[in-house]
Amino acid sequence: MSVASRAALGERVVRARRRGWRAQPYLLLVPSLVFLAMFTYYPVLSSLEMSLYQLSPATHQQHFVGFSNYAALAADPVFSRVLVNSAAFLLGTVPVTIALALFLAVLLARTHALSTAFRTAFFYPTLLPLVGAAAIWLFVYTPGYGLVDVYLRGLVPGGVNYLGDPRYALPAVIALTIWKNAGYYMLFYLAGLQGVALELYETARLEGASAWQQFRAITFPLLAPTTLFVLLIASINAFQSVDQIWVMTGGGPDNATNLLLFYVYQAAFMFFDLGKAAALTVFLLAILMVIAAVSFRLLERRIHYEV
Amino acid sequence: MSPRTARHLSSVYWALGVGALAFIWVFPLLWALSTSLRAPGELGSQIASLWVSHPSFANFRDAWADAPFVRLYYNTAVVVFGILAVQLITITLAGYAFARMDFAGREVLFRLFLLQLMVAPSSLILPNFVTLRTLGLLNTRLGIMIPYFASAFGMFLLRQAFRSVPRDLEDAAAIDGCSTLQTIWHVFVPLAKPTLVAFSIVSVVYHYNEFLWPLIITDTDRARTVTVGLASFTQSAESGAQWNLVAAGTVIVVLPLLVLFILFQRRFVESFMYSGLKG
Repeated sequence: MSVASRAALGERVVRARRRGWRAQPYLLLVPSLVFLAMFTYYPVLSSLEMSLYQLSPATHQQHFVGFSNYAALAADPVFSRVLVNSAAFLLGTVPVTIALALFLAVLLARTHALSTAFRTAFFYPTLLPLVGAAAIWLFVYTPGYGLVDVYLRGLVPGGVNYLGDPRYALPAVIALTIWKNAGYYMLFYLAGLQGVALELYETARLEGASAWQQFRAITFPLLAPTTLFVLLIASINAFQSVDQIWVMTGGGPDNATNLLLFYVYQAAFMFFDLGKAAALTVFLLAILMVIAAVSFRLLERRIHYEV
Repeated sequence: MSPRTARHLSSVYWALGVGALAFIWVFPLLWALSTSLRAPGELGSQIASLWVSHPSFANFRDAWADAPFVRLYYNTAVVVFGILAVQLITITLAGYAFARMDFAGREVLFRLFLLQLMVAPSSLILPNFVTLRTLGLLNTRLGIMIPYFASAFGMFLLRQAFRSVPRDLEDAAAIDGCSTLQTIWHVFVPLAKPTLVAFSIVSVVYHYNEFLWPLIITDTDRARTVTVGLASFTQSAESGAQWNLVAAGTVIVVLPLLVLFILFQRRFVESFMYSGLKG
């Protein structure tokens, strides 16, 4: 075969491949789509449906009740408590964790013999199961001889049952959550910092900019895409991880640490009120969708900048 | 003071300041380690210190006897690697389709996939529980695994990796008569190995640590994973203020990942970093 005809054959084979066998791309997607359909799309729709029904415990029959599960939520004082708690949890964890992560990344970006060891120290909680971390932190908060009371003696009143007091329980859980996640988000900032040109800092220093001015004018704006991304995962995370609540407080005392997903869990698997749990799930999904929509907008704009 | 001394001094301040903060960060873990090594009776005011005067493994013996850790570990291993094995297949195929193929509805399907990033299975515990009950998969390891078999996150990572594979390599494989699956296997998978490793590490860590879903799906030790075992173990031991036992149980559960982390530190850190860069 001549070189030319071989090339022509190759061209034909490649073109045929690119045009492709019509069904092939879909066949490659089928394995994923089957599981996505069963465990992502269908459950979203079935939550909507279930939220319109009530299961009667006596007969195990479903009754159509329209929107009354939602009406019941609106009148439920625990639900409003849960909403306030979830908002407090979001605002208590997300901005603080992000600020701390950025602070740590800026501190650890320099090359030093100890940098790696320090990074490891802040990162390792990411690898702990949240239930394991919570088990350890139960002791941190033990009244009288826990780590807080022993090591912060003088700074704290002492003898306070942090997890048993409605005033302190949520902040205590928030503190654990910040400790657990800060090192993970720090990594994203460290990666982001690698992309910031060092010459920028040199120029700034020549012009006499202080460290804080350099941070304000260079580091923070250039890391905006990272901040946006971390904000997205941290916000979603705030609504999706409640393992520590299960271990540390069970939502108590007096619902002081009850968060949205935990309330779903309680309604469905402790009180067996499936209609209510479904309505709560719909509410949770709506929040996640809003977060997703807002951040998709922002991320899309960011992609336009980069291209 | 010369500039050199000043720089040296600032480096020392830095090390002391960051070091103090880092020490606070590792303190809870160090405390758990030292408390787990304390003799069972040794309590009282010293329990908050890190110093262990008479190390003993008695707590581990007791914890090991109190909960079926071998069974729990076995279940976790099956779940974690089972999920990973299926995920690697589904994400490779889907990642290739989205990276290299043109077809009607691609954009819509891609967005449908990404929906899973927002609606993680943990928010769908109720409807997914109902589905599993219908399928008769309650109290099975398969039931714990199955909602995670598709991964939009993994698909996305691989799509990015596959996009950077040169067209020429793919064309050469086509000319040599490779089918699409053969091309994926012989050309794309080897080139995307770093991405596959990064995804695997993140997936294993995530599912090892998963708690709420396995808790709901299981009500016996038959299929339970270590995190669920630890939580119920903690609840009973904590009520008796048996901190040595709680600490030993926690150490047993967190140790496997921490040991792997210490051995492959750079790989772990890079994988988690990468997961963010591309996600």
